[in-house]
Amino acid sequence: MTKEEKYSIAKWAMEQAIDNGAQEARVSIYNNNSSQIEVRDEKIDKLQEANRNSMRINLYVDNKYSSISTNRLNNKEELGRFIKEAIAGTKYLSEDEFRMLPDPELYYKGGGDDLNILDQGFESVDPQDKIDMAHSIEQEVLGTDDRIISVSTYYNDGLSGNVMVASNGFEGDSENSYYSLRASVSVKDGEARPQGNWYESAIFEKELIKNGIGTEALKRALDKLGQEKIQSGKMPMIVENRLAGRTLQPLISALNGSSIQQKNSFLIDMKGEKIGSDLMTVVDDPFIVSGRGSRLFDSEGLATVKRAIVEGGVLKNYFIDTYYGKKLEMEPNSGSTTNLVFKPGDKDLEGLIASLNRGILVTGFNGGNSNGSTGDFSYGIEGFLVENGQLTQPVSEMNITGNFKQVWKDLIAVGNDVYTGSSWRLPSLVFDNIDFSGL
Amino acid sequence: MIVDRRSFIKTGGAAVAGTMVLPPLLKSCQNIQISPDVKSYLDHFEVTAQMLQKVIAEAMSKGGDYADLFFEHKISNTLGLEDGKVNQAYSNVDYGMGVRVLKGDQTGFAYTETISEKDMLKVAKTAANIAGDPVTFKQDEILEKTAPNYYKISQKWENATVEEKIPYVQKLNDRVFELDEKVTKVRAFLSDETGYVMFYSSEGLLTYDYRPMASLAAVCIMEQNGQIENAYSARAYRKGFEFLDDDLVEELAQEAINKTNILFDATKPKAGEMPVVLGAGGSGILLHEAMGHAFEADFNRKETSIFSDKMGKSVAKDFINIIEDGTLENNRGSINVDDEGNDVKKVHLVKEGILTSYIHDRISSNFYGVDPTGNGRRQSFRHVPLPRMRITYMEPGPHSKDDIISSVDYGVYVDNFSNGQVNIGAGDFTFFVKSGYLIENGKLTQPIKDINIIGNGPQALADITMAAGDYKIDNGTWSCGKGGQSVPVSMGLPTVLVKKLTVGGTSA
Repeated sequence: MTKEEKYSIAKWAMEQAIDNGAQEARVSIYNNNSSQIEVRDEKIDKLQEANRNSMRINLYVDNKYSSISTNRLNNKEELGRFIKEAIAGTKYLSEDEFRMLPDPELYYKGGGDDLNILDQGFESVDPQDKIDMAHSIEQEVLGTDDRIISVSTYYNDGLSGNVMVASNGFEGDSENSYYSLRASVSVKDGEARPQGNWYESAIFEKELIKNGIGTEALKRALDKLGQEKIQSGKMPMIVENRLAGRTLQPLISALNGSSIQQKNSFLIDMKGEKIGSDLMTVVDDPFIVSGRGSRLFDSEGLATVKRAIVEGGVLKNYFIDTYYGKKLEMEPNSGSTTNLVFKPGDKDLEGLIASLNRGILVTGFNGGNSNGSTGDFSYGIEGFLVENGQLTQPVSEMNITGNFKQVWKDLIAVGNDVYTGSSWRLPSLVFDNIDFSGL
Repeated sequence: MIVDRRSFIKTGGAAVAGTMVLPPLLKSCQNIQISPDVKSYLDHFEVTAQMLQKVIAEAMSKGGDYADLFFEHKISNTLGLEDGKVNQAYSNVDYGMGVRVLKGDQTGFAYTETISEKDMLKVAKTAANIAGDPVTFKQDEILEKTAPNYYKISQKWENATVEEKIPYVQKLNDRVFELDEKVTKVRAFLSDETGYVMFYSSEGLLTYDYRPMASLAAVCIMEQNGQIENAYSARAYRKGFEFLDDDLVEELAQEAINKTNILFDATKPKAGEMPVVLGAGGSGILLHEAMGHAFEADFNRKETSIFSDKMGKSVAKDFINIIEDGTLENNRGSINVDDEGNDVKKVHLVKEGILTSYIHDRISSNFYGVDPTGNGRRQSFRHVPLPRMRITYMEPGPHSKDDIISSVDYGVYVDNFSNGQVNIGAGDFTFFVKSGYLIENGKLTQPIKDINIIGNGPQALADITMAAGDYKIDNGTWSCGKGGQSVPVSMGLPTVLVKKLTVGGTSA
């Protein structure tokens, strides 16, 4: 479907909703084209192509709310019936005075800068080149080490777009692309077969790093040889930059309007209060050129704004959408993150390791969870023991346990190695006093 | 990886409009003999047997060894209650077909969301490219299969109205509030799903399945002296509207209250290795993570599983029998036919302590030269089948629950979980404990909460030193994730003792 066709069907569906008894409606059309290639033993193991379309309609009927979606977009008669039935069903629900479209004043009204998140050449990448890329990173390691049991490499790409219209005056569309290459290498270590993984990703095909991925995956597998668990105890923890999101995610989730209003948050009434150490400064910036989370409007059509989330450890903002804004009597400021940028420190990962007398560098998480209401957490980890500033022993089969209200106050160092390949731009982080359970 | 459905609910599921039954538009012009049951599925997807044969011929046109077509139409609805009222509804319709072509172990796959002859031929051509030698393929014979029905229902969700469903969700909320005055918030969800599936392969097999699913869940938040705690309860079955009754509502309300109440006095155990007693039921997560995934034959075919060279060897005490089943009545993990058209079997993974079978899909059963086990499953028509679990459980053992608990000097008893995960190669698995108890001098004492437990699969399996006779299946909303695909599963276990696992907690 072309963008014009999407606008046309979205507007048609919106009119159907209004004509059949909804006072307001919002319609979004999403599309995603992608390909996935998996290579193993110098052959293509899997070759998959996907092309999906779907429509979501939010219906506001007599102060009642429902949301419907379908991927059957090409039969208007059926779509019309679906919308009618949904409106009839919605009337049986309870009224919800807080459910309404956003204030049109807050909508994105066009004229934003080009965020440069779409590769215009997406359709013209040669399928054979995609396969060759996956073969090439496999060749980096095949036959280079007797301990290798299995090598799988993957190429993925995708182009996603959406068009959104709302009956109180919003129209907007966006499109973005991604490419990625990944390698998984398994090696023999007695009974165990540890696996090392590495990947690179990019918005533009020409910017995708296409080599060194197999080599790094093999290195990370071999680094795990001789993993064991060590004595339980309290010590500092370094979390590698690509994994740092695991420690930040529960905190961001606790800042969500729905968590606050539903009392499933350990950060209720903490705005303006200290929730982390002085080293903790996080900004949500939607306007980074070619940022993975860059956008001009959110899923409700609200214009995005750059905002401080945590400044020197002090909580500055919650994530409030229109619905929970009404319920909480707070101004809506978008209910989701865009590019979450953590203020870097001055040492690289090696420097952070060198500064520790004894601690653990975490290079992988394994399961675990956290309690949204209380901030309690417990996760499985693997990584390396650090002694006198050196990595001395690979460790695995251990847990970390604690509470996020305390952990961020125990942030004692921040790396300068911000990982920009994700919408959350985080450096390696060092926390003190982490409870490790092992032997 | 396995997660309870709660995390899914949080991100929004699908609920309002029920039916979207397609009109039988096609006039029958087929000269192949087709039974009325199969014919109704062909009509549902607006295709003919001749069309399927043509698409398969295209899929096989580059010299593939095998091809299959998977058609799916899924209607899902969720009603949500928040702040005392059933005030949100979500509905989703998903429809399409996927074409898979195999050449040796290699897979080509593509799908379309519009089922016309032209679109099907186009994706068949894409999938065919996995092979490279043009041939002419012809499949004349159609082998119809009507599978046994493991999930008979009396009232289809397609005929249930929003008006009829609402009272159960409302009542669940009201009962939770009535049962304890510490309750400050309740959220409740009712989800139903109806799936139509049709399958055709280059071997001529034509089969179909009608897949209902239902779940009801309550999230309870309580406050006491400024402390806030939350817990939830849920049940899921392949059932129709008859799933809903007052007993179910009462059971879930009581369970949500009990699971939340225990948390106020709960602490964390001391960190480290200790004996772990797993309560009957949901503790089956141990089997799912510690061995189930590692038994999946795709990992073993690639030799990346820690169990890759253990077939026929002793992996557990001789009183241990572990079953993989997909035929339990109305169970969330049951399927009438797998997503590769195979019969669904009850399989002994471990028999009297010996590893006797992996979990197979078509590719792996061919590789190992064994019969398919009916474990080839896919999330939807957009996905390729993989070896996946269905219902994984351990049969009753010779000990008693009391003997097991009283055998432990210091350890933990755990029976309430939210999620788990495993590293297949290293064998390290984890599961997250929402609540349980300390065991001190052979007795349950202090409640504990929010701790992760980690162990090594083969070691943990060998370390199950006692198992009781109280085997129970857990009917929670479990979903299993693998390779980006999620499928519904369930699990079960009797009370067992694992001699030693590493328990999260506070260190001295």
